[in-house]
Amino acid sequence: MDKVIIAKNLSLSYSNSETIINKIDFSVNSGSFVFITGASGSGKSTLLKSIFGALKPKQGSLIVGGVELNGVSRSKLNFLRRHVGIVFQDYKLIKEWTIDKNIMLPLLINGYVKDVAQSQVDKLLKHVRLNHQTGKYPLELSGGEQQRVAMARALSHNPILILADEPTGNLDEYSADLIWKLLEGSNEQLGTTVIVVTHNIPQNLNVDYKHFHIEYGSIHEVN
Amino acid sequence: MKSIKNHLSLVIALLSILFSMQVFLIVDRSIDAYKANLASNYSVIAVSQKKLSNSAILDINKIIASVEELSPESVIKRLNSNMQSKNVELLKLSLPKFYKLSLAYYPSPKEVKKLTSDLLRTSSITKVEDFSHNHDTTYKLLLLFKSVVAIFAIVVLVVTLLLIFKELRIWQYKHNERMSIMGLFGAATWLRSAVLFRLAIVDALIASVVAFGVFLYVSSLPWVLEQFNNIGISIVVFNPVEDFLLILGVAMSISVVLASLIVLGHKEEV
Repeated sequence: MDKVIIAKNLSLSYSNSETIINKIDFSVNSGSFVFITGASGSGKSTLLKSIFGALKPKQGSLIVGGVELNGVSRSKLNFLRRHVGIVFQDYKLIKEWTIDKNIMLPLLINGYVKDVAQSQVDKLLKHVRLNHQTGKYPLELSGGEQQRVAMARALSHNPILILADEPTGNLDEYSADLIWKLLEGSNEQLGTTVIVVTHNIPQNLNVDYKHFHIEYGSIHEVN
Repeated sequence: MKSIKNHLSLVIALLSILFSMQVFLIVDRSIDAYKANLASNYSVIAVSQKKLSNSAILDINKIIASVEELSPESVIKRLNSNMQSKNVELLKLSLPKFYKLSLAYYPSPKEVKKLTSDLLRTSSITKVEDFSHNHDTTYKLLLLFKSVVAIFAIVVLVVTLLLIFKELRIWQYKHNERMSIMGLFGAATWLRSAVLFRLAIVDALIASVVAFGVFLYVSSLPWVLEQFNNIGISIVVFNPVEDFLLILGVAMSISVVLASLIVLGHKEEV
């Protein structure tokens, strides 16, 4: 099976601070569903940041989607990110744009024609059960609805990899269930690799998943 | 309303730069026109022991535009009342030749000195009257006026640039989040900064059009034209094509530099 992520001897740290992730080795198969857990401050979000190139490896190698991120150029990083969907706990929606335009962002970046992009947005808004909110701005929606918009944005361009950092951390049960179903659906139906950083793995998941735990700067697989 | 506010801050800053620049241009043009006016009334008198050809005098210094030989009759007329005609003829022969030299433009005091020394280097020319005292006073007055306006324009420019840099920080704060989010999805730099550049270009266009309208109106006011007529000059207060292109160019350059500084100073925040 193809590996979508390969980390070898990977160390991560923020500038001038102590090492957070220390010489870890791990890999993620293409099409798998992965949870990364760990205590607060253990480095799980840091690892996720490094996977989409927001933090450069201090040492070692990190290959994502065939792109070596240690010393990666900006253009290669942009190329990689165009094939990745990201969901954050704080949604990271552009407040001055409508939710439609926010969902459309990855499509426009990937060069979709506006009409095609708009029909994809309409489809996704239905999918995340927000079609009645079209044309609204993020701050006009609840937290759960904003996270569904962020989810729709992450799915819009059919990425090879979805990275989610505590995607249901602040959500009500209904929105949280919907987010998990969307992630499951994307993994099962489209074969998208999904990596979720979370404190709690939901009990009612219908997919097989891998579970990595981070502790004291090391990572190990939990059976 | 918020959108108008967003535009106004940069548009006003740009307008103050464009206004000070155009006022400086008008003063500069007025001084040049006034100098041309003075040049037509200013001449140098050269006295030569022998007759010189016009071309020989023109070759002495390039600033000499034309030469006119002054007739000795007027001098002699004042003397001839008690003189015999034979003596008048002898006097005519012994009088030196007087030449009135008109200049191509109103010269600086340095150029006047050089002209005088160039003329005196010619062996037959014995005396040059350059009326340097009057000339120097007028010239220095013009320079002083131009310098005062230039200093005023520079002060306005510096103060406005400081305001623009303050605005730049606000812009940086406002656009940073959007640019970072776009970056997360792999937007190229040009795409991330497109909104910013579009805003900067629109603001530059608004400021240029407003400045164009104001100066076109001012330049057509009879009162303004009358002021220039009063000092005997006629200038183009505002050239709708050339001046507009200059205004547009300056406004665009400042806005684009401002936007570029924001893009260069952008740090991805996740």
